[in-house]
Amino acid sequence: MLTLDRLDKVYRTGTFGTSDLHAVRQVTLDVQRGEVVSLIGESGSGKSTIGKMVLHLLDSSGGTITFDGRDVTHLGFRARREYYRKVQGVFQDPFSSFNPIFKVDRTFETLRRSYFPRVSSSDWRGRLEEALAAVSLEPGDILGKFPHQLSGGQLQRLLIARALLLDIELLVADEIISMLDASTRIDVLNLLVELKSRGLGILFVTHDLSLGNYVSDRVVILYKGRVVERGVTAAVFDDPLHPYTRDLLASVPHLDRTWEDVEAEEAERSAALAGRCLYHEALAAQGRALGEEASAADGDDVGLVEHSPGHFVGCFRLAAGDPCPAGA
Amino acid sequence: MALSVTDLRVYYRTLKGDVKALDGVTFDVADGEIMGIAGESGCGKTTLGKALIRLDNRMRHAGGTVALDGEKLPIADDAAMRRHRYREVSLIPQYAMSAMNPTRKIGKMIRDLLAAHGVRYAEVLPELERRLALVGLDAEVLKRYPIELSGGMKQRVVLVLSTLLNPSLLIGDEVTSALDVSSQKAVARALVEFRDHGFVRSMVVITHDISVLFQVADTILVMYAGHLAEKAPARTIIDEPLHPYTKMLIGALPQVGDRYDEQQLSGIEGRPPSLLNPPTGCRFRDRCPLAHDRCAEAPPFREVAEGHQVACWAVS
Ligand SMILES: Nc1ncnc2c1ncn2[C@@H]1O[C@H](COP(=O)(O)OP(=O)(O)OP(=O)(O)O)[C@@H](O)[C@H]1O
Ligand SMILES: Nc1ncnc2c1ncn2[C@@H]1O[C@H](COP(=O)(O)OP(=O)(O)O)[C@@H](O)[C@H]1O
Ligand code: SF4
Ligand SMILES: [Mg+2]
Ligand SMILES: [Mg+2]
Repeated sequence: MLTLDRLDKVYRTGTFGTSDLHAVRQVTLDVQRGEVVSLIGESGSGKSTIGKMVLHLLDSSGGTITFDGRDVTHLGFRARREYYRKVQGVFQDPFSSFNPIFKVDRTFETLRRSYFPRVSSSDWRGRLEEALAAVSLEPGDILGKFPHQLSGGQLQRLLIARALLLDIELLVADEIISMLDASTRIDVLNLLVELKSRGLGILFVTHDLSLGNYVSDRVVILYKGRVVERGVTAAVFDDPLHPYTRDLLASVPHLDRTWEDVEAEEAERSAALAGRCLYHEALAAQGRALGEEASAADGDDVGLVEHSPGHFVGCFRLAAGDPCPAGA
Repeated sequence: MALSVTDLRVYYRTLKGDVKALDGVTFDVADGEIMGIAGESGCGKTTLGKALIRLDNRMRHAGGTVALDGEKLPIADDAAMRRHRYREVSLIPQYAMSAMNPTRKIGKMIRDLLAAHGVRYAEVLPELERRLALVGLDAEVLKRYPIELSGGMKQRVVLVLSTLLNPSLLIGDEVTSALDVSSQKAVARALVEFRDHGFVRSMVVITHDISVLFQVADTILVMYAGHLAEKAPARTIIDEPLHPYTKMLIGALPQVGDRYDEQQLSGIEGRPPSLLNPPTGCRFRDRCPLAHDRCAEAPPFREVAEGHQVACWAVS
């Protein structure tokens, strides 16, 4: 449904655009209907930048975005409006998405005025109640309240309900649970899974691997703007290949093992992969010269090889400018 | 006993009446102990941390005592507390990172803080640099502005400056919460190292992230709606919790291997009661699957095994 192909973003920074920041590099990924894809990486890795480009809150600097086969990389005002009927985003801080001086109802009124001016009041009320029910909110608990009278979890669900009123097909959820506490988090995560089973595609942006693992069908691991590994969730979590992914997994706080335990396990795996680069080994096996990356770009994946079915990995170097550990 | 809190009550004055955010809590933190505090948003964690340092003008000390190293702390007397603050008890507030003055270089900020407590910067500079190095920071950071540092670097700076005078007790309020996993691990480990080096004697680490507490804390205290629910060694809280609330809270945490298709977790139905007019008896009553008649009376927070305290009538 949604496909990003070699998407790039360069932020012009510095007084005279002297120190440009390449925040997203050649990112290729896709999200299908009825699927949750997690975009995982540390802070500053470019996750939100990708989310904002998909939502047209930021222009991309290169590459293409397609939605249902249509190129939506650049959209005019009218086309953008239509696009937003199908694609919506929810962000980290629910409080900043509401104007504190208005009752939360106003959010829905604005939506109605701009998208459904001809829907009758009673019909609208019905749709609203249905959308609230879908996110397990009781209209009586919510309507007529100011944002500060509701919890973060309730506001986050309200924003999702708002997106659902538009009958969207794709939801970009950027760190929507990092501000919530544990028991509310799991409710919102379960809600996402339920929405996906109704056919919604979800791009779930997070830095928390256990949450990404819990909900997603596929994961994309991002490091300094580059996709270093992606694939079916179980494959990536059970057999992380890229040094960054392995390091990330070793940092997750577990409830049954200490960091020391996890590091010891990881050390074994690292020893087996030391000085190697599965990406370049695969290229060599396919008969291509080592380091000849331009030709790899003609294949299915920009800078990634399919290590095992549905599990892709890129060159084992960390940042884009670092050397490959295998010296390729 | 480093810290001894007895029947502490701290209320917020509001137009509608007192918000009973901390309503009779009693616990100890031993020398060298890192105690974690966990509980849902709004249960009183930050209020407890602040009560040990400085009551803001809306907070009222409604009863109870706090003793540090056997000496009673004058928590309701702002001026008398000055002598203890920072030197003996130090707090890293929630959102400390975003509260840093953006126009002050880190070094200048530390200099000002020390001056306010009558300590000369030059005197502690060598130790300051040594400790920065210990948490993986170059002395170079002293010349930088807060926005030039990542979240994880800022939190490590805050940790170093909060403990420069070797306080008996450090309270860290959500110090790892806004960080990604790699920085979280670095900051969490620095906390433990500082205790191991004796830079601080004991710690209270507040966070709703229980898996981080499992990694760093010796004991975990679980709070619910201004009351204490349970305190036990960290592993006991995770593996063998006794209080129904603790059980549900732990049950709501996805573990690294958990997947929705295989193991669906559930949150805790309902919300905590309002602390403006909290219900009498056990405050968890209307969400508790084990609630019975007796729960109309508040259960005592009592020891059920060595080092394990629980407030629940259903636990024998
Ligand atoms: N200034 C205030 N005036 C009135 N009530 C307050 C004030 N500050 C906090 N409260 C209330 O006191 C209770 C405890 O708040 P506290 O900040 O200690 O919670 P917390 O456990 O730290 O939550 P969080 O996990 O969200 O940080 C809450 O019910 C809160 O609404
Ligand atoms: N408006 C902006 N101008 C300049 N640089 C930016 C801007 N927004 C983000 N960046 C930079 O782009 C990189 C990626 O940021 P972001 O997409 O927010 O990452 P994430 O969401 O993964 O934390 C970071 O280095 C960040 O500092
Ligand atoms: S005292 Fe009663 S209501 Fe409270 S936790 Fe125990 S069983 Fe539940
Ligand atoms: Mg972001
Ligand atoms: Mg707090």
